[in-house]
Amino acid sequence: MTDTTEAAASSHGTGPFIAAIDQGTTSSRCIVFDRDGRIVAVDQKEHEQIFPKPGWVEHDAAEIWTNVQEVVAGALDKAGITTADVKALGITNQRETTVLWDKATGEPVHNAIVWQDTRTDGLCKELGRNVGQDRFRRETGLPLASYFAGPKIRWMLDNVEGLRERAEAGEILFGTMDSWVIWNLTGGAQGGVHVTDVTNASRTLLMNLRTLDWDDKILSSMEIPAAVLPEIRSSAEVYGTAKGALEGVPVASALGDQQAALFGQTCFSKGEAKSTYGTGTFLLLNTGDEPVNSYNGLLTTVGYRIGDQKPVYALEGSIAVTGSLVQWMRDQMGLIKSAAEIETLAMSVEDNGGAYFVPAFSGLFAPYWRSDARGVIAGLTRYVTKAHIARAVLEATAWQTREIVDAMNKDSGVELTSLKVDGGMTSNNLLMQTIADALDAPVVRPMVAETTCLGAAYAAGLAVGFWQDTDELRANWRRAAEWTPRMDAADRDREYKNWLKAVERTMGWIEEEH
Amino acid sequence: MAGSIQSVERAAAILRLLAGGERRLGLTDIASTLGLAKGTAHGILRTLQQEGFVEQDTASGRYQLGAELLRLGNSYLDVHELRARALVWTDDLARSSGESVYLGVLHQQGVLIVHHVFRPDDSRQVLEIGAMQPLHCTALGKVLAAYDPVAHSEALEGAREEFTPRTLTAVPDFEAVLDLTRARGWAVDLEETWDGVASVAAPIHDRRRMPVGAVGITGAVERMCENGEVRARLVAAVRDCARSVSRDLGGGRFQ
Ligand SMILES: Nc1ncnc2c1ncn2[C@@H]1O[C@H](COP(=O)(O)OP(=O)(O)O)[C@@H](O)[C@H]1O
Repeated sequence: MTDTTEAAASSHGTGPFIAAIDQGTTSSRCIVFDRDGRIVAVDQKEHEQIFPKPGWVEHDAAEIWTNVQEVVAGALDKAGITTADVKALGITNQRETTVLWDKATGEPVHNAIVWQDTRTDGLCKELGRNVGQDRFRRETGLPLASYFAGPKIRWMLDNVEGLRERAEAGEILFGTMDSWVIWNLTGGAQGGVHVTDVTNASRTLLMNLRTLDWDDKILSSMEIPAAVLPEIRSSAEVYGTAKGALEGVPVASALGDQQAALFGQTCFSKGEAKSTYGTGTFLLLNTGDEPVNSYNGLLTTVGYRIGDQKPVYALEGSIAVTGSLVQWMRDQMGLIKSAAEIETLAMSVEDNGGAYFVPAFSGLFAPYWRSDARGVIAGLTRYVTKAHIARAVLEATAWQTREIVDAMNKDSGVELTSLKVDGGMTSNNLLMQTIADALDAPVVRPMVAETTCLGAAYAAGLAVGFWQDTDELRANWRRAAEWTPRMDAADRDREYKNWLKAVERTMGWIEEEH
Repeated sequence: MAGSIQSVERAAAILRLLAGGERRLGLTDIASTLGLAKGTAHGILRTLQQEGFVEQDTASGRYQLGAELLRLGNSYLDVHELRARALVWTDDLARSSGESVYLGVLHQQGVLIVHHVFRPDDSRQVLEIGAMQPLHCTALGKVLAAYDPVAHSEALEGAREEFTPRTLTAVPDFEAVLDLTRARGWAVDLEETWDGVASVAAPIHDRRRMPVGAVGITGAVERMCENGEVRARLVAAVRDCARSVSRDLGGGRFQ
C-alpha cells in the first residue's frame, strides 16, 4: 500500500494519538492513528535481506533499530505532531526472527536469523529424536520446525565462537524483534527492559502454552540457558517508557504480526477469524480461553492477552502460495501485466473450464504436510484457455482457505460464521466472492487496510486507557464491503470434490523424500 | 478513397515502413521507397518526430519508431488496477464523509460500478460492483460525459430517461450541466435519478491526463445537503479523493 498521509491529514482531529511500529520482514513502518482508529500518517523504510547461503536469510538487527527510529520520527513529522501528542507506542513484528545481543554494549553477536531461514532443518530432525516433529507439540502447540525461534537460538549458541559460555554467564540476551525494539526503546544498555509478549513467546517452541512460562524441560532438551530469555508479559501493558527521541512515551503493547491483525480486526470472541491475503495467507481463529490441540496440522498459538486478563488462544493455518501464485502468472508465465489484471482475465470466462491449479510449489502445507508434493494443473483439455487458468489460480486460494477452515472446524468444533479479510489480495472482487462461495460463509473487509499496525495501536491504547475496553474498539470497526455466498450447494460440492482430486495428483511426485 | 488526406496516408506509409524489415532507415531510403520527394518525406518525419511517433538517431541520422507509439498500444488502464489503486483513498473517503463511495467507468451506454465502499454505519448494505448507472443524470455519469468525449456522445445519442421530475433530458440543459461540471471540476445529482438521494462526483485522470473514471459519494439528501446544495465539506472530500487516486496513477509504477 502507498503513503496514506495526505488523504487522512485533511480530516483527522487534533489528537491525542497512538503510534504503532510494524517491524516487518521487508521493512519497518510507523503509523500514527487517531481515536477513531483512522490513519493520520505513515512512514516506512526497507532493510537489507542478507542471503549468505541457499536457504539462509538474515537481517542486520542494528540496521533495523536505526530504521525503526527513523520511521517513528518520520511518521510524527508527517503527522505534524510531537511526542507529547503520542499517548502510547505499540509494537508488532515479523514473528520468530531471532537476535542475540551483548547486554553491556547492545551489539548483536550475529545477524538476526529470519523466520524463513531453513538452516536449522537438520537440527530440528535431531531434536525430534525418536518422537519426531511433534515432540514438543503438547506443551507448545507447535511442530519442531525451522521457522521457530528456539532452534535458531541453539544454532547461534553452537556456531558463534565463545557464545555459549557468555550466555551461561548472563552476558547475552535473546529476543524476537519485539524484545529487541522494546529493549532499545527503553534505554538499551542503559536500563532497557528485557521482555517479550505471550504471542511472540508462543512462537519460540520454548513456552508452555498453559503456564505461559518458559518450559524448563524443553530448555534443557534444546540446551538453551534460561539466562538469555526475556520475561514473558501480556500483549497490552506498559513495559516501560521510551528514552531518547520519544522520551517519556509509554511502550505499551507487543503482538506478533498475525496476532496483531487478529486484534486489529477486533476478533475478540470465540469463533471469530481473520485471514490475511498477501504473498502467502495466514488464517487465525479465536478459540477462547482454552488452547485447542490440533490433529489436522494446524498450529496452536496465543492470540493475545490483555494485561492480567485471561489469555485468548487461537488456531493458525497458513497457505504458502496465494498472492505469489498471481505473481508467478505475471512474472514467470507473462500472462498478465499486473497482479490486478488476473481478475480481468478471469472475468473474461464464466468458469474454470474444468481446470484446477494446485500450487504445491514446495510441497503441501496445512492440513496435509506433504513435502513430496509438487504443483499440478489438472483437468486440461483443448478447450481450456489462459482465462480458465486465471480462474483456477483464484479458486486455488479459495479452496485452500476452505481446507484450513474445515481443519479448524474439526479441531475446535467451532463453526465459522464469517471471515474477516485483509491484505493486498482483498482488492480482488472476484476472489473475495469466490472465497465466500467456497466457504458458504460471508467474507467481510474492514475499512482500515492496515489491520496489523492498528492491532498494535489498539493494544497499546487499551493499556494506557486511551480506549476503555474491547467493546469500544469493536465500535470503531467499520465494514467496507461484504461478499455473501451465491453458489448453489451442488456446484460447491462438485467443485470442492474436483479440487480435492487435483490435490491428490500432487502427492508423491518427489520420490526420494518419501 | 474519397476524402482521404494525402499527408496522413503518407505518414501511415512511413510508419509501416519503419515497423517492418530493417528497423532504422535514412531519409533517402524512406523517400525513394515510397516515391516521395525528399522535402515532403522530411516534413512528415519532422511532424511525426514532434508527436513522438518517430525518433531520429543522433549519430547516424536514421529514423526509427518512437516510444509514444508503443505507449499508444498500452495506454488502456485495467479497471481492476484502478480499483486496487483507489482502495485506500476510497475507504478514507467513506470514513470522512460518512457516506457510501462508488467508483465508475464508462461501459457501453452507461456507468459501470467497479468499486463500492459501504457507508460506515452498521446497516445492511449490498455490494453493487458490476451494477450500471445512467450517464445523463447521475453524478458519476455527468463527470464521465463532461470529460470523456466518448461518454459525451453516448449520453447524447442514448435515450435520456426521465427518472424523477428533476431529471434533465433536453440537450441544451444537459450541455449546460456539463459546462458547469468542467468549470467546477465536479458534478452533482440532486434527486435527478432517485428520489431523496443526492450524489457528488469528481474525475480521475491517468498520467497523461486522460479521464479514466469518476469517484463519488451517494447518500440521503438530508445528510448530504444544506440549503439545497451539497455540503462544501463533502465536495472537498470527494475532490481530494479523486486527486489522490489520480496522483497515484500518475506514478506509472504499476505493480
Ligand atoms: N488485485 C489483485 N488480485 C490478486 N492478487 C493480488 C492483487 N493485488 C495484489 N495481489 C497479490 O497480493 C500480494 C501483495 O499483497 P501484500 O498484502 O502487499 O503482501 P505482503 O504483505 O505479503 O507483501 C502479491 O503477491 C500480489 O500478487
